[in-house]
Amino acid sequence: MSATKQLPDAEALCTALADAMRGHVDPAATALVGIHTGGVWVAERLHAALGLKIPPGSINVSFYRDDYSQRGLHANAKTSHIPFDVEGAHIVIVDDVLHTGRTIRAAMNELFDYGRPAKIDLAVLTDRGGRELPIAPTFCPHSQSWPDAQILALERADDGGLSFRLIKK
Amino acid sequence: MSTFGMQKSPQLNSHGELQHLLTIEGLPRDVLTHILDAAAPFSEVAEREVKKVPLLRGKSVFNLFFENSTRTRTTFEIAAKRLSADVINLNINTSSANKGETLLDTADNLAAMQADMFVVRHASSGAPFLIAQHMAATGRDHIHVVNAGDGRHAHPTQGLLDMYTIRHYKTDFTQLTIAIVGDVLHSRVARSQIHALTTLGVPEVRVIAPKTLLPTGIERLGVRVFHDMREGLRGVDVVMMLRLQNERMQGALLPSTQEYFKSYGLTPEKLALAKPDAIVMHPGPMNRGVEIDSAVADGGQAVILPQVTFGIAVRMAVMAMLAGN
Repeated sequence: MSATKQLPDAEALCTALADAMRGHVDPAATALVGIHTGGVWVAERLHAALGLKIPPGSINVSFYRDDYSQRGLHANAKTSHIPFDVEGAHIVIVDDVLHTGRTIRAAMNELFDYGRPAKIDLAVLTDRGGRELPIAPTFCPHSQSWPDAQILALERADDGGLSFRLIKK
Repeated sequence: MSTFGMQKSPQLNSHGELQHLLTIEGLPRDVLTHILDAAAPFSEVAEREVKKVPLLRGKSVFNLFFENSTRTRTTFEIAAKRLSADVINLNINTSSANKGETLLDTADNLAAMQADMFVVRHASSGAPFLIAQHMAATGRDHIHVVNAGDGRHAHPTQGLLDMYTIRHYKTDFTQLTIAIVGDVLHSRVARSQIHALTTLGVPEVRVIAPKTLLPTGIERLGVRVFHDMREGLRGVDVVMMLRLQNERMQGALLPSTQEYFKSYGLTPEKLALAKPDAIVMHPGPMNRGVEIDSAVADGGQAVILPQVTFGIAVRMAVMAMLAGN
Protein backbone atom coordinates (compact mmCIF):
# COMPACT_ATOMS: atom_id res chain seq x y z
CA MET A 1 0.00 0.00 0.00
CA SER A 2 1.16 3.49 -0.74
CA ALA A 3 2.28 5.29 2.40
CA THR A 4 1.66 8.72 0.94
CA LYS A 5 -1.93 8.12 -0.16
CA GLN A 6 -4.74 7.52 2.29
CA LEU A 7 -7.41 4.99 1.30
CA PRO A 8 -10.91 6.49 1.27
CA ASP A 9 -13.23 5.67 4.17
CA ALA A 10 -15.91 3.49 2.61
CA GLU A 11 -18.37 3.86 5.49
CA ALA A 12 -18.18 7.66 5.41
CA LEU A 13 -18.57 7.64 1.63
CA CYS A 14 -21.73 5.49 1.87
CA THR A 15 -23.27 8.12 4.13
CA ALA A 16 -22.09 10.97 1.90
CA LEU A 17 -23.45 9.24 -1.20
CA ALA A 18 -26.87 8.73 0.42
CA ASP A 19 -26.89 12.42 1.41
CA ALA A 20 -26.05 13.44 -2.17
CA MET A 21 -28.90 11.33 -3.57
CA ARG A 22 -31.58 12.37 -1.07
CA GLY A 23 -33.95 14.79 -2.73
CA HIS A 24 -33.04 13.45 -6.20
CA VAL A 25 -34.72 10.08 -5.81
CA ASP A 26 -38.38 9.21 -5.33
CA PRO A 27 -38.63 6.66 -2.47
CA ALA A 28 -41.78 5.20 -4.05
CA ALA A 29 -40.53 4.96 -7.63
CA THR A 30 -36.72 4.95 -7.87
CA ALA A 31 -35.04 1.55 -8.17
CA LEU A 32 -31.40 0.72 -7.45
CA VAL A 33 -29.33 -1.82 -9.36
CA GLY A 34 -25.99 -2.80 -7.81
CA ILE A 35 -23.16 -4.23 -9.89
CA HIS A 36 -21.64 -7.42 -8.47
CA THR A 37 -20.05 -7.57 -6.04
CA GLY A 38 -19.16 -4.25 -4.37
CA GLY A 39 -22.00 -2.32 -6.01
CA VAL A 40 -24.55 -4.75 -4.55
CA TRP A 41 -23.32 -4.02 -1.02
CA VAL A 42 -23.45 -0.27 -1.59
CA ALA A 43 -26.94 -0.55 -3.13
CA GLU A 44 -28.16 -2.38 -0.01
CA ARG A 45 -26.83 0.44 2.17
CA LEU A 46 -28.37 3.16 0.00
CA HIS A 47 -31.68 1.32 -0.14
CA ALA A 48 -31.91 1.32 3.66
CA ALA A 49 -30.56 4.86 4.13
CA LEU A 50 -32.92 6.38 1.55
CA GLY A 51 -35.94 4.29 2.60
CA LEU A 52 -36.69 3.13 -0.95
CA LYS A 53 -39.73 0.93 -1.51
CA ILE A 54 -38.65 -1.07 -4.57
CA PRO A 55 -36.23 -3.88 -3.63
CA PRO A 56 -32.75 -3.36 -5.10
CA GLY A 57 -31.68 -5.38 -8.13
CA SER A 58 -28.27 -6.83 -8.80
CA ILE A 59 -26.43 -7.30 -12.04
CA ASN A 60 -23.50 -9.45 -13.13
CA VAL A 61 -22.04 -7.86 -16.23
CA SER A 62 -19.61 -10.63 -17.15
CA PHE A 63 -21.80 -11.75 -20.09
CA TYR A 64 -21.69 -8.21 -21.49
CA ARG A 65 -18.05 -7.25 -21.04
CA ASP A 66 -16.24 -6.02 -24.15
CA ASP A 67 -12.98 -7.69 -23.08
CA TYR A 68 -14.56 -11.15 -22.99
CA SER A 69 -12.49 -12.43 -25.92
CA GLN A 70 -9.30 -11.57 -24.00
CA ARG A 71 -10.39 -12.63 -20.54
CA GLY A 72 -12.61 -15.61 -21.25
CA LEU A 73 -15.50 -16.75 -19.13
CA HIS A 74 -14.72 -17.13 -15.49
CA ALA A 75 -17.00 -19.20 -13.36
CA ASN A 76 -18.97 -16.59 -11.55
CA ALA A 77 -21.98 -17.98 -9.82
CA LYS A 78 -23.44 -14.49 -9.30
CA THR A 79 -26.72 -14.31 -11.13
CA SER A 80 -28.34 -11.09 -12.31
CA HIS A 81 -31.59 -10.46 -10.50
CA ILE A 82 -33.94 -7.60 -11.38
CA PRO A 83 -36.99 -7.83 -9.09
CA PHE A 84 -38.96 -4.97 -10.73
CA ASP A 85 -40.23 -3.97 -14.16
CA VAL A 86 -37.45 -2.11 -16.00
CA GLU A 87 -39.87 -0.73 -18.58
CA GLY A 88 -40.38 2.98 -17.84
CA ALA A 89 -38.49 2.85 -14.51
CA HIS A 90 -36.10 5.39 -12.98
CA ILE A 91 -33.00 3.33 -12.24
CA VAL A 92 -29.83 4.26 -10.39
CA ILE A 93 -26.90 1.98 -11.26
CA VAL A 94 -24.72 1.62 -8.16
CA ASP A 95 -21.05 0.62 -8.14
CA ASP A 96 -18.19 0.96 -5.69
CA VAL A 97 -15.45 2.41 -7.92
CA LEU A 98 -15.78 4.17 -11.28
CA HIS A 99 -12.73 3.59 -13.48
CA THR A 100 -12.71 3.01 -17.28
CA GLY A 101 -16.51 3.15 -17.61
CA ARG A 102 -16.63 -0.20 -19.45
CA THR A 103 -18.43 -1.95 -16.62
CA ILE A 104 -21.09 0.76 -16.62
CA ARG A 105 -21.55 0.46 -20.37
CA ALA A 106 -21.97 -3.31 -19.98
CA ALA A 107 -24.49 -2.79 -17.16
CA MET A 108 -26.55 -0.39 -19.28
CA ASN A 109 -26.52 -2.79 -22.22
CA GLU A 110 -27.71 -5.56 -19.94
CA LEU A 111 -30.46 -3.44 -18.37
CA PHE A 112 -31.89 -2.73 -21.80
CA ASP A 113 -32.36 -6.46 -22.33
CA TYR A 114 -34.90 -6.35 -19.50
CA GLY A 115 -36.82 -3.38 -20.89
CA ARG A 116 -36.55 0.33 -21.70
CA PRO A 117 -35.95 2.44 -18.57
CA ALA A 118 -37.27 6.01 -18.53
CA LYS A 119 -34.01 7.26 -16.97
CA ILE A 120 -30.74 5.82 -15.73
CA ASP A 121 -28.46 7.56 -13.22
CA LEU A 122 -25.10 6.43 -11.89
CA ALA A 123 -24.03 6.47 -8.24
CA VAL A 124 -20.50 5.46 -7.12
CA LEU A 125 -18.53 5.81 -3.89
CA THR A 126 -15.40 7.03 -5.60
CA ASP A 127 -14.14 8.03 -9.04
CA ARG A 128 -10.54 6.95 -9.63
CA GLY A 129 -10.28 8.52 -13.11
CA GLY A 130 -8.90 6.69 -16.15
CA ARG A 131 -12.09 6.86 -18.20
CA GLU A 132 -12.04 5.17 -21.61
CA LEU A 133 -15.66 5.94 -22.49
CA PRO A 134 -17.77 9.13 -22.27
CA ILE A 135 -19.44 8.14 -18.99
CA ALA A 136 -19.85 10.40 -15.93
CA PRO A 137 -21.41 9.68 -12.54
CA THR A 138 -24.58 11.48 -11.44
CA PHE A 139 -23.74 11.05 -7.74
CA CYS A 140 -20.15 10.71 -6.55
CA PRO A 141 -18.88 12.03 -3.20
CA HIS A 142 -15.15 11.37 -3.77
CA SER A 143 -12.47 11.47 -6.48
CA GLN A 144 -8.90 10.24 -6.22
CA SER A 145 -6.66 8.72 -8.88
CA TRP A 146 -4.62 5.55 -8.41
CA PRO A 147 -1.82 4.03 -10.51
CA ASP A 148 -3.02 1.66 -13.25
CA ALA A 149 -1.17 -1.25 -11.66
CA GLN A 150 -3.37 -1.06 -8.57
CA ILE A 151 -6.95 -2.23 -8.16
CA LEU A 152 -9.07 -0.35 -5.64
CA ALA A 153 -11.43 -2.98 -4.24
CA LEU A 154 -14.30 -2.77 -1.78
CA GLU A 155 -14.42 -5.47 0.86
CA ARG A 156 -17.07 -6.47 3.35
CA ALA A 157 -16.19 -7.80 6.78
CA ASP A 158 -18.21 -10.49 8.55
CA ASP A 159 -20.00 -7.82 10.58
CA GLY A 160 -21.06 -6.06 7.34
CA GLY A 161 -18.54 -3.21 7.62
CA LEU A 162 -17.25 -1.90 4.28
CA SER A 163 -13.64 -0.87 3.62
CA PHE A 164 -11.33 -0.26 0.67
CA ARG A 165 -8.19 -2.22 -0.09
CA LEU A 166 -5.49 -1.84 -2.75
CA ILE A 167 -4.60 -4.96 -4.73
CA LYS A 168 -1.64 -5.23 -7.08
CA LYS A 169 -2.70 -6.32 -10.57
CA MET B 1 2.91 -34.00 -34.26
CA SER B 2 1.28 -36.52 -31.99
CA THR B 3 -0.30 -39.61 -33.46
CA PHE B 4 -4.02 -40.19 -33.33
CA GLY B 5 -5.19 -41.20 -29.87
CA MET B 6 -1.81 -40.66 -28.27
CA GLN B 7 -2.32 -37.11 -27.09
CA LYS B 8 -2.89 -36.96 -23.32
CA SER B 9 -5.87 -34.67 -23.33
CA PRO B 10 -6.71 -33.10 -26.67
CA GLN B 11 -9.52 -31.16 -25.00
CA LEU B 12 -7.29 -28.98 -22.86
CA ASN B 13 -4.95 -26.31 -24.18
CA SER B 14 -1.46 -25.66 -22.84
CA HIS B 15 -2.93 -23.62 -19.96
CA GLY B 16 -5.16 -26.49 -18.87
CA GLU B 17 -8.24 -24.69 -20.17
CA LEU B 18 -10.99 -26.39 -22.13
CA GLN B 19 -10.38 -26.03 -25.87
CA HIS B 20 -12.85 -28.69 -27.05
CA LEU B 21 -15.43 -30.74 -25.19
CA LEU B 22 -15.10 -34.28 -26.53
CA THR B 23 -15.58 -36.51 -23.50
CA ILE B 24 -15.91 -36.27 -19.73
CA GLU B 25 -13.46 -39.12 -19.27
CA GLY B 26 -10.14 -37.75 -17.99
CA LEU B 27 -11.40 -34.23 -17.25
CA PRO B 28 -10.29 -33.09 -13.79
CA ARG B 29 -12.90 -32.46 -11.14
CA ASP B 30 -12.21 -28.72 -11.02
CA VAL B 31 -12.96 -28.39 -14.75
CA LEU B 32 -16.31 -30.16 -14.29
CA THR B 33 -17.16 -28.04 -11.25
CA HIS B 34 -16.13 -24.91 -13.13
CA ILE B 35 -18.59 -25.71 -15.95
CA LEU B 36 -21.41 -26.42 -13.47
CA ASP B 37 -20.69 -23.16 -11.62
CA ALA B 38 -20.57 -21.19 -14.85
CA ALA B 39 -23.92 -22.62 -15.99
CA ALA B 40 -25.92 -21.24 -13.06
CA PRO B 41 -26.14 -17.58 -14.17
CA PHE B 42 -27.06 -18.60 -17.72
CA SER B 43 -30.34 -20.15 -16.54
CA GLU B 44 -31.53 -16.67 -15.57
CA VAL B 45 -31.15 -15.38 -19.16
CA ALA B 46 -34.24 -17.38 -20.17
CA GLU B 47 -36.38 -15.26 -17.84
CA ARG B 48 -35.53 -11.92 -19.47
CA GLU B 49 -37.54 -9.88 -21.92
CA VAL B 50 -34.64 -10.28 -24.38
CA LYS B 51 -33.40 -13.86 -23.95
CA LYS B 52 -29.93 -13.15 -25.25
CA VAL B 53 -26.48 -12.20 -24.06
CA PRO B 54 -23.81 -10.96 -26.49
CA LEU B 55 -20.99 -13.37 -25.59
CA LEU B 56 -20.83 -15.12 -28.98
CA ARG B 57 -21.90 -12.17 -31.09
CA GLY B 58 -20.40 -12.46 -34.57
CA LYS B 59 -19.38 -16.10 -34.08
CA SER B 60 -20.59 -18.88 -36.38
CA VAL B 61 -21.64 -22.15 -34.79
CA PHE B 62 -22.20 -25.10 -37.12
CA ASN B 63 -24.42 -27.90 -35.87
CA LEU B 64 -23.08 -30.91 -37.76
CA PHE B 65 -25.54 -33.72 -37.25
CA PHE B 66 -24.56 -36.90 -39.04
CA GLU B 67 -27.18 -38.72 -37.00
CA ASN B 68 -30.74 -37.63 -36.29
CA SER B 69 -31.65 -35.86 -33.10
CA THR B 70 -34.32 -33.31 -32.46
CA ARG B 71 -33.89 -32.44 -28.82
CA THR B 72 -30.11 -32.24 -28.66
CA ARG B 73 -29.86 -30.25 -31.89
CA THR B 74 -32.61 -27.90 -30.80
CA THR B 75 -31.14 -27.24 -27.37
CA PHE B 76 -27.70 -26.59 -28.87
CA GLU B 77 -29.33 -24.25 -31.37
CA ILE B 78 -31.24 -22.37 -28.67
CA ALA B 79 -28.12 -22.18 -26.49
CA ALA B 80 -26.01 -20.76 -29.33
CA LYS B 81 -28.74 -18.30 -30.31
CA ARG B 82 -29.13 -17.09 -26.71
CA LEU B 83 -25.39 -16.39 -26.80
CA SER B 84 -26.04 -14.31 -29.97
CA ALA B 85 -24.09 -16.64 -32.27
CA ASP B 86 -25.11 -17.26 -35.86
CA VAL B 87 -26.23 -20.87 -36.05
CA ILE B 88 -26.11 -23.03 -39.14
CA ASN B 89 -27.77 -26.45 -38.92
CA LEU B 90 -26.57 -29.23 -41.18
CA ASN B 91 -28.15 -32.64 -41.18
CA ILE B 92 -25.77 -34.78 -43.11
CA ASN B 93 -26.54 -38.15 -44.59
CA THR B 94 -24.05 -40.78 -43.51
CA SER B 95 -24.60 -43.20 -46.36
CA SER B 96 -21.55 -42.21 -48.38
CA ALA B 97 -18.94 -44.92 -48.67
CA ASN B 98 -15.83 -43.38 -47.23
CA LYS B 99 -17.05 -41.70 -44.07
CA GLY B 100 -13.67 -40.68 -42.71
CA GLU B 101 -12.74 -38.74 -45.78
CA THR B 102 -16.18 -37.20 -46.15
CA LEU B 103 -16.18 -36.10 -42.53
CA LEU B 104 -12.91 -34.18 -42.76
CA ASP B 105 -13.79 -32.77 -46.19
CA THR B 106 -17.02 -31.46 -44.74
CA ALA B 107 -15.18 -29.94 -41.78
CA ASP B 108 -12.59 -28.37 -44.10
CA ASN B 109 -15.28 -26.79 -46.22
CA LEU B 110 -17.09 -25.34 -43.24
CA ALA B 111 -13.83 -24.13 -41.73
CA ALA B 112 -13.24 -22.30 -45.02
CA MET B 113 -16.57 -20.54 -44.35
CA GLN B 114 -15.05 -19.06 -41.16
CA ALA B 115 -16.67 -21.45 -38.70
CA ASP B 116 -15.80 -20.75 -35.07
CA MET B 117 -17.34 -23.84 -33.52
CA PHE B 118 -18.55 -27.26 -34.60
CA VAL B 119 -21.18 -29.12 -32.63
CA VAL B 120 -20.85 -32.67 -33.89
CA ARG B 121 -23.09 -35.71 -33.60
CA HIS B 122 -21.98 -38.85 -35.37
CA ALA B 123 -22.82 -42.55 -35.29
CA SER B 124 -19.12 -43.43 -35.19
CA SER B 125 -17.24 -43.13 -31.91
CA GLY B 126 -14.34 -40.70 -32.19
CA ALA B 127 -15.69 -38.57 -35.06
CA PRO B 128 -15.60 -35.27 -33.08
CA PHE B 129 -12.11 -36.17 -31.82
CA LEU B 130 -10.99 -36.72 -35.42
CA ILE B 131 -12.26 -33.27 -36.42
CA ALA B 132 -10.58 -31.59 -33.45
CA GLN B 133 -7.35 -33.42 -34.20
CA HIS B 134 -7.54 -32.44 -37.86
CA MET B 135 -8.15 -28.76 -37.05
CA ALA B 136 -5.14 -28.72 -34.71
CA ALA B 137 -2.95 -30.52 -37.26
CA THR B 138 -3.80 -27.94 -39.91
CA GLY B 139 -3.20 -24.89 -37.71
CA ARG B 140 -6.83 -24.02 -37.05
CA ASP B 141 -6.85 -24.33 -33.24
CA HIS B 142 -9.18 -21.35 -32.98
CA ILE B 143 -12.02 -23.63 -34.10
CA HIS B 144 -13.69 -25.37 -31.16
CA VAL B 145 -15.41 -28.74 -31.27
CA VAL B 146 -18.24 -29.89 -29.02
CA ASN B 147 -19.21 -33.55 -29.03
CA ALA B 148 -23.00 -33.82 -29.18
CA GLY B 149 -22.89 -37.62 -29.05
CA ASP B 150 -20.57 -40.02 -30.91
CA GLY B 151 -21.48 -43.67 -31.36
CA ARG B 152 -21.40 -45.55 -28.08
CA HIS B 153 -18.54 -43.41 -26.82
CA ALA B 154 -19.64 -40.18 -25.15
CA HIS B 155 -22.30 -37.51 -24.83
CA PRO B 156 -20.52 -35.06 -22.54
CA THR B 157 -23.07 -32.22 -22.48
CA GLN B 158 -25.80 -34.71 -21.52
CA GLY B 159 -23.54 -35.98 -18.73
CA LEU B 160 -22.92 -32.41 -17.57
CA LEU B 161 -26.57 -31.38 -17.61
CA ASP B 162 -27.36 -34.52 -15.61
CA MET B 163 -24.73 -33.47 -13.04
CA TYR B 164 -26.19 -29.96 -12.97
CA THR B 165 -29.65 -31.46 -12.34
CA ILE B 166 -28.38 -33.73 -9.55
CA ARG B 167 -26.54 -30.85 -7.89
CA HIS B 168 -29.64 -28.67 -8.16
CA TYR B 169 -31.77 -31.17 -6.23
CA LYS B 170 -29.20 -33.00 -4.08
CA THR B 171 -26.40 -30.45 -3.47
CA ASP B 172 -23.57 -32.72 -2.30
CA PHE B 173 -22.25 -35.43 -4.64
CA THR B 174 -20.15 -37.08 -1.93
CA GLN B 175 -23.21 -38.26 0.03
CA LEU B 176 -25.14 -39.95 -2.78
CA THR B 177 -26.00 -43.41 -4.02
CA ILE B 178 -26.98 -43.29 -7.67
CA ALA B 179 -28.37 -46.00 -9.95
CA ILE B 180 -28.12 -46.00 -13.75
CA VAL B 181 -30.74 -48.35 -15.17
CA GLY B 182 -31.15 -49.95 -18.58
CA ASP B 183 -29.38 -50.27 -21.88
CA VAL B 184 -25.84 -49.42 -20.80
CA LEU B 185 -24.35 -51.41 -23.68
CA HIS B 186 -25.47 -49.00 -26.40
CA SER B 187 -25.44 -45.89 -24.27
CA ARG B 188 -22.93 -43.10 -24.68
CA VAL B 189 -25.00 -41.23 -22.11
CA ALA B 190 -24.29 -43.90 -19.47
CA ARG B 191 -20.54 -43.72 -20.09
CA SER B 192 -20.51 -39.94 -19.72
CA GLN B 193 -22.64 -40.17 -16.59
CA ILE B 194 -20.39 -42.77 -14.97
CA HIS B 195 -17.22 -40.78 -15.66
CA ALA B 196 -18.81 -37.57 -14.37
CA LEU B 197 -20.26 -39.15 -11.22
CA THR B 198 -17.03 -40.89 -10.22
CA THR B 199 -14.97 -37.76 -10.96
CA LEU B 200 -17.29 -35.64 -8.81
CA GLY B 201 -16.87 -38.03 -5.89
CA VAL B 202 -20.15 -39.97 -5.78
CA PRO B 203 -19.28 -42.85 -3.42
CA GLU B 204 -21.65 -45.42 -4.91
CA VAL B 205 -22.62 -45.63 -8.57
CA ARG B 206 -24.73 -48.65 -9.49
CA VAL B 207 -25.65 -49.95 -12.90
CA ILE B 208 -28.74 -52.08 -13.21
CA ALA B 209 -29.24 -54.05 -16.43
CA PRO B 210 -29.59 -57.53 -17.89
CA LYS B 211 -26.27 -59.18 -18.80
CA THR B 212 -27.02 -58.79 -22.50
CA LEU B 213 -27.19 -54.99 -22.18
CA LEU B 214 -23.98 -54.50 -20.22
CA PRO B 215 -20.55 -54.10 -21.80
CA THR B 216 -17.98 -56.54 -20.43
CA GLY B 217 -15.66 -55.08 -17.84
CA ILE B 218 -18.03 -52.24 -16.85
CA GLU B 219 -16.96 -52.80 -13.19
CA ARG B 220 -13.58 -51.35 -14.09
CA LEU B 221 -15.23 -47.92 -14.37
CA GLY B 222 -15.89 -48.06 -10.63
CA VAL B 223 -19.53 -49.12 -10.58
CA ARG B 224 -21.45 -51.85 -8.77
CA VAL B 225 -23.39 -54.12 -11.09
CA PHE B 226 -26.91 -55.36 -10.32
CA HIS B 227 -29.04 -57.60 -12.50
CA ASP B 228 -32.00 -57.47 -10.11
CA MET B 229 -33.60 -54.04 -10.35
CA ARG B 230 -35.35 -54.25 -6.97
CA GLU B 231 -32.10 -55.02 -5.23
CA GLY B 232 -30.25 -52.26 -7.10
CA LEU B 233 -32.79 -49.53 -6.39
CA ARG B 234 -32.83 -50.07 -2.64
CA GLY B 235 -31.93 -46.84 -0.84
CA VAL B 236 -30.75 -44.82 -3.87
CA ASP B 237 -30.97 -41.02 -4.00
CA VAL B 238 -31.10 -40.72 -7.79
CA VAL B 239 -32.47 -43.06 -10.48
CA MET B 240 -31.05 -42.34 -13.92
CA MET B 241 -33.05 -44.21 -16.54
CA LEU B 242 -31.66 -44.97 -19.99
CA ARG B 243 -33.56 -45.31 -23.22
CA LEU B 244 -33.79 -48.79 -24.68
CA GLN B 245 -32.01 -48.23 -27.99
CA ASN B 246 -33.89 -50.57 -30.27
CA GLU B 247 -32.42 -48.95 -33.36
CA ARG B 248 -28.89 -49.94 -32.33
CA MET B 249 -29.69 -53.51 -31.40
CA GLN B 250 -28.48 -56.31 -33.58
CA GLY B 251 -29.77 -59.82 -32.96
CA ALA B 252 -31.92 -60.91 -30.05
CA LEU B 253 -30.63 -59.17 -26.95
CA LEU B 254 -34.07 -59.14 -25.35
CA PRO B 255 -36.99 -61.55 -25.37
CA SER B 256 -39.54 -58.72 -25.83
CA THR B 257 -40.16 -55.16 -24.69
CA GLN B 258 -42.99 -56.39 -22.43
CA GLU B 259 -40.60 -58.80 -20.78
CA TYR B 260 -38.06 -55.98 -20.43
CA PHE B 261 -40.62 -53.69 -18.81
CA LYS B 262 -41.48 -56.41 -16.29
CA SER B 263 -37.87 -56.76 -15.15
CA TYR B 264 -36.33 -53.34 -15.82
CA GLY B 265 -39.19 -50.88 -16.33
CA LEU B 266 -39.43 -48.24 -13.59
CA THR B 267 -42.85 -48.53 -11.99
CA PRO B 268 -44.13 -46.66 -8.89
CA GLU B 269 -43.87 -49.92 -6.98
CA LYS B 270 -40.15 -50.37 -7.84
CA LEU B 271 -39.42 -46.68 -7.28
CA ALA B 272 -40.80 -47.06 -3.73
CA LEU B 273 -37.65 -49.09 -2.92
CA ALA B 274 -35.48 -45.99 -3.47
CA LYS B 275 -35.26 -43.22 -0.87
CA PRO B 276 -38.59 -41.38 -0.45
CA ASP B 277 -37.05 -38.17 -1.83
CA ALA B 278 -35.24 -39.89 -4.72
CA ILE B 279 -35.38 -38.11 -8.08
CA VAL B 280 -35.96 -39.82 -11.42
CA MET B 281 -34.07 -38.71 -14.51
CA HIS B 282 -34.24 -39.71 -18.18
CA PRO B 283 -32.22 -38.27 -21.08
CA GLY B 284 -35.15 -38.65 -23.48
CA PRO B 285 -36.80 -39.53 -25.70
CA MET B 286 -38.73 -41.82 -23.37
CA ASN B 287 -40.24 -45.16 -24.34
CA ARG B 288 -43.24 -45.16 -22.03
CA GLY B 289 -44.20 -48.66 -21.00
CA VAL B 290 -40.78 -49.99 -22.00
CA GLU B 291 -38.21 -48.55 -19.60
CA ILE B 292 -40.49 -46.23 -17.64
CA ASP B 293 -44.10 -46.30 -16.52
CA SER B 294 -46.15 -43.19 -17.32
CA ALA B 295 -47.10 -42.86 -13.66
CA VAL B 296 -43.40 -42.38 -12.84
CA ALA B 297 -42.55 -40.26 -15.88
CA ASP B 298 -45.36 -37.83 -15.03
CA GLY B 299 -45.04 -38.23 -11.26
CA GLY B 300 -43.76 -35.90 -8.57
CA GLN B 301 -40.28 -37.44 -8.37
CA ALA B 302 -39.51 -37.05 -12.09
CA VAL B 303 -37.18 -34.18 -13.02
CA ILE B 304 -37.10 -35.05 -16.71
CA LEU B 305 -38.40 -31.73 -18.02
CA PRO B 306 -36.13 -29.62 -15.74
CA GLN B 307 -33.25 -31.66 -17.25
CA VAL B 308 -34.16 -30.25 -20.66
CA THR B 309 -34.28 -26.67 -19.37
CA PHE B 310 -30.99 -27.04 -17.46
CA GLY B 311 -29.48 -28.50 -20.64
CA ILE B 312 -29.75 -25.13 -22.38
CA ALA B 313 -27.90 -23.29 -19.59
CA VAL B 314 -25.19 -25.97 -19.44
CA ARG B 315 -24.69 -25.87 -23.22
CA MET B 316 -24.52 -22.07 -23.11
CA ALA B 317 -21.83 -22.30 -20.45
CA VAL B 318 -19.82 -24.87 -22.42
CA MET B 319 -19.95 -22.88 -25.65
CA ALA B 320 -19.17 -19.57 -23.92
CA MET B 321 -16.28 -21.15 -22.08
CA LEU B 322 -14.76 -22.73 -25.19
CA ALA B 323 -15.12 -19.55 -27.23
CA GLY B 324 -13.31 -17.59 -24.48
CA ASN B 325 -10.36 -20.01 -24.24
